[in-house]
Order: sequence, then C-alpha cells, then structure tokens
Amino acid sequence: MIDVVMPQMGESIVEGTLTKWLKKPGDTVGRDEPLFEISTDKVDTEIPSPVAGVLAEVLIEEGKTVGINTIVARINDGSSAPAAAPVAAAPAPVAAPPPPAPVPEADGTPEPVATVVEETAGPLSPLVRKMARENNIDLSKVKGTGAGNRITKQDLEAYLASKTAAPKSQAEPPAPPTPQTPTAPPVVQAAPPPPPPPQAVATIPQTVDISSPAPGTRVEQMSVMRQRIAEHMVFSKHTSAHVTTVHKVDFTKVAKVREKAKANVQAQYGFSLTFLPFVLKATCVALRQFPLLNASIQGDTNIIYHRDINLGIAVALENGLIVPVIRNADEKSVIGLQRSIADLAARARSRQLRPEEVKDGTFSVTNFGSFGSVFATPVINQPQVAILGVGTVEKTPVVIDDAIAIRSIAYLALTFDHRLIDGALADQFTGKIKAILEGWSEEIS
Amino acid sequence: MPSAVSEVHAETQRSQRNARVCDLGLVRYVDALERQNQFVELRQSGAISDQLLIVEHPHVVTMGRNGHPENLLAQPEVLARSGIQFYETDRGGDVTYHGPGQIVGYPILDLREWKRDVHAYVRAVEEVIVDALAGFGIAAGREAGATGVWTSDGKIAAIGVHISRWVTSHGFALNVDTDLNYFRYIVPCGLTRPVTSMRKLGCQARREEVVAALVRSFGIVFDRQMENL
Repeated sequence: MIDVVMPQMGESIVEGTLTKWLKKPGDTVGRDEPLFEISTDKVDTEIPSPVAGVLAEVLIEEGKTVGINTIVARINDGSSAPAAAPVAAAPAPVAAPPPPAPVPEADGTPEPVATVVEETAGPLSPLVRKMARENNIDLSKVKGTGAGNRITKQDLEAYLASKTAAPKSQAEPPAPPTPQTPTAPPVVQAAPPPPPPPQAVATIPQTVDISSPAPGTRVEQMSVMRQRIAEHMVFSKHTSAHVTTVHKVDFTKVAKVREKAKANVQAQYGFSLTFLPFVLKATCVALRQFPLLNASIQGDTNIIYHRDINLGIAVALENGLIVPVIRNADEKSVIGLQRSIADLAARARSRQLRPEEVKDGTFSVTNFGSFGSVFATPVINQPQVAILGVGTVEKTPVVIDDAIAIRSIAYLALTFDHRLIDGALADQFTGKIKAILEGWSEEIS
Repeated sequence: MPSAVSEVHAETQRSQRNARVCDLGLVRYVDALERQNQFVELRQSGAISDQLLIVEHPHVVTMGRNGHPENLLAQPEVLARSGIQFYETDRGGDVTYHGPGQIVGYPILDLREWKRDVHAYVRAVEEVIVDALAGFGIAAGREAGATGVWTSDGKIAAIGVHISRWVTSHGFALNVDTDLNYFRYIVPCGLTRPVTSMRKLGCQARREEVVAALVRSFGIVFDRQMENL
C-alpha cells in the first residue's frame, strides 16, 4: 500500500482544495496517470499517481481543503504484504518529503522505509508523521490509542519518554550501531513510564542532538506566522549580501523640537510624539537623493527603481512581527508620519491590518531602540535592498571643540544589500540622514 | 578558473532558453482548446519548447472547474440567442467572458524548467501584464486574494490556469477595447467588481502594439528568448 499525499505546488502554498477525483476506488491507475485534481488560487492542477496499482481508498472527498502532505488516498500496488523489498524500490509519492537518512542497521531483517511502516499504522495526522520523522521513530513499534488504534501525538510522546528512560542511550558515541529494536519488540504501554531519574540526564553526551529531545522538553509546532517569518529570514539571508554600517547621530536638536511639541501634539492629536517620525522624514529625503536605496533587484540583472517611497515599519507582536507599510511616506509631515505609525502599530497588534497594508514596501525601518537596544544588524525585508535600524536615544557625554558636552545620541544602523549598494553609497545615504537630523531646525507644530 | 567559465557558460545557456510565440488571431474557443491540448502533450513529452499562444475569441463565456453556476447570470440558451457560446472547462477560476477586442494568452510552459511553483507562476503572469500596461501609461497592479490585474477603474485582465504534470495551459485575458457590456451576462470570477479595458482608460493602443508589449514583458519576467513565428 502506498499513501498518496496532498502535494506542495509552490513555496507559499500550505493547503489545497481537492476538487475532483479522476479515479474511483477499485479503479486501476497507471504510474503518472492523473489521479485527482486540486485547486489553489486560480490554478487547477492534475496530480498524477505516484505508482501503478489499484486505488484502494479515498480518504478526502471532493471539495475538501486539506494541508499539504495530508494523506488523500491509498493505492494498492500489490505489495501490501510485509515483504517490503519491492515497495522500498518504488519511488516515493510525488511530494512526500524525503524520508530521514536511514539509521545504520544491524544485520538481520532490514527496516522497511518510512512510507511502508507508516502504512501499517493506519492513517496518521501530518503532525504525527512529522514528529515520527523528526525523531526517527519506527511507527510499527508504537501502539496507537486513538480511534481505530490510530497513533496520536500523545502515543508518540509516551513512546519517546519510554525510549529516553531506557538505560541504553542511542546517542552514545562509543557504542556500535545498535539496532533500534530488539528482535522481539515488547509492546510499548500507552501509559508513560515514571520520569527518569535526574542522573540519566548527566550521562547524555554534550553533542546537540535535536532529533531526540531530552526528557522534560516540550515539542510544539510553530505557528504559521512563525514559519513564515523563519522562511523569510533565511530566504533573505540567502538572497542578499548583508552588510551593516553604523553611524552615531546627535539627536539633541530633534530632542528639543520634540520636547517643545510633545504636550501640544498629545493634546491636539491624541498620540505621543516619538523620535521615529523624525527619522522617517529624514530617511525619505535621503531616499529621494539616493534612489538606489529605494530599489529592488529583479532576476539577477535588472534594477527596479521605485517611484513611490513606501516605508515598512517593523512592529513587534506578541509572538512574531509584521511590517506594515506607510505609502508615499515622503508626502507626509512629521505629525502625519507619527499618526501613521501609531495607527498601523495599533492595528497590527489587534490584527486588523488589511492585506494591502503590508505589501509594496520599498524600504524598511526598524526601531529596536524602543526595547533599549543601542544598535543591531537588521535583516533586509525582501525584495527591498536596505533597512534602517534606529537605536535608543540616550544622553551621552561627547567631546565638542575639546569640551565635554552632554548630547542626546543614538546609533543608526543601515543594513544594505552589497549586491547593489557599495559601502561608500550606504555611508553617503546614512550620512545624509544624520546631517538632516543633526541640523533639524524647523518646528513641527 | 575553469569552474567560473563553465558557470558563465551555463548562465548563457540558461538565459537563452526559448519560448515560441504563435499569434493565431481570431480562433474559436474550442479550436484553441484543442490546439492547447496538443501543445501540452507535446510539451510534456519534451518535443517542443515553451509556447505562448496569442488568440482572440468570438464571444464566449466559459466556466472553470470551481465555477459557481449562480455567477452565470443568463442561461446558456439565452447566451446562445445573443450569439455567445458557453463552455465548461478545466481551468482554475470561476466564470469569465472572452470576445473581440480582448487579447487572450495561453502560455504552455513546463514549470519544472522554471520554478515549480504554481502561485509564483500566477504572480508572474500578473507581472507580465502589469509591466506591459505600464508601457502604455496604465498603472495596474495586483490585489491580495483577487487574482488578476487591477486598475483603479476595475479589473483589466483575468487569469485562470490549468496544470498537468507541471505543464501550464489556459492563461490570461486582457481587455484592450472589449465591449464591456458583454460582462453583464456574468459575475466575472465571482467578484461583483467593475471590469475595465485599456480603451476605457483612454489608451488608443492597437492590438499588435499590445501583443508586442506582452511578448516582450513575458520574455523578461520568465527569462525566455521570445521567437516570433
């Protein structure tokens, strides 16, 4: 029996709607013959059968939307007997993630490959499949306590706990490759055994082995947002040649203007005035002067210069972050920018942003100073080519004309994509922002 | 540095991947469908390179696999009396209208030689149209959750795609000087939003100019050398 799973048809796709079965249970299906159709967005896709055989079971009915890697059907390819050899040779289902690297086997009966093992364990949730894969669990050894003896997350946790409690540690380096299973596997009780004594922890080698978490740890699936952030961050690091340059900026004049206007702004507009809109204002002026910082790279060869200046503002959420965009930020006053910041941040935190408010940014600003950071090296928000980080503004003794003075100082860190922007340009750009902020003379309200 | 040289060589070869453009002019929907199916089979077997079919259809209303019959505001018989054909097809998306004054593009691409990503493909088709329109001074863009190309005046191009073994068929329809009254027979793509055309936005460009712009933009976005037939 071979499990057929919902394939992933693209990077951003996490689920698909099964729109039509092209075969009925009992039908013979050839390898690569269209088996069902799925629909995502405005695309209908025919999914071919991974193997030749008889469609044994359809698990997902037409019209249902399921996550990728959910089992949608099973095909009897004539190998349902425990003799696993021919199945092991068969190619894995279209989009099923590759099985983990095989564990060194002792002589004797070879362990069947993951797909086959899982087949004997009944339908499994994606979470269980994932846990089993990540922890290298042979599911045939786990007793299912769910409906129809299905293996649940709790069963896996109990199994893991019992394994870790067992005296022999599979991670111990000097031991020869141990067969994961005794020849006659004892049936694992569903009830977890008593927690291991603390000494057991000390014997675990120092090597970090995330595939078998230590006892007492907790395995939890990332939220979808967390997964997207993780993907985006790694994608960005892989895409751009990140370099960060840091300039020290004297905010004393800005601080004076702000101090003077603060109470008035609060009374008149109902929000407090921070340093950030001053930085945004200066950034817009500098972006107009250095349009390469307000650009994107298309393919490997083209530079897209954006006409509009749409500033992304990183907003920290309880368990993640989002970068809403102030469109045409260069057309706004300091007060207007402050209003946009307050509004977008509030709605980001209450999850009321509209989709169009988080796209089309051309440059981003992150205000880690609000959490006390002096300076950091931010990650570029793709497909942009630079991001400005604003450190906390602090009164600092500085030397001016050989005298010591107390000034309001902050560090501005610009991370830029060295594919497109060289250090000299990045420093001219940041220098421009610095010059505007240090020479701030106009009143704002 | 032999490795660098061979990389450059590989780079050159990759950027020279070809796509053939066939502008077939006015073709009945069923005939174009048959032609597409032939091309898809040939493309799947590797007998031909990527193709971009450009056609114009006589009045026709088509319904995608996920179409909602309630979005068809006139019965097929009523449509027939007005000279409009009606077909149900295997593309993604809901109901749409094709007719004279519209450029319909059917890219037959093997996505395994591109990105293996159906969403990225749809976004790229949108980009092709947006870029081409920009050349005529029309500001168009995407809307989250509403595939197609949008202007401030409404939807200007519709997209619906079918994929079989990573080979694409169906595609996009751009309103150049379409008689927009025909859209009254349907709720395009199930969205109760206005439809517009290049002409309605004040652009007098001729069909050939728009086709040329689309082909150029297609070559850039998909990184293909476009050969005209």
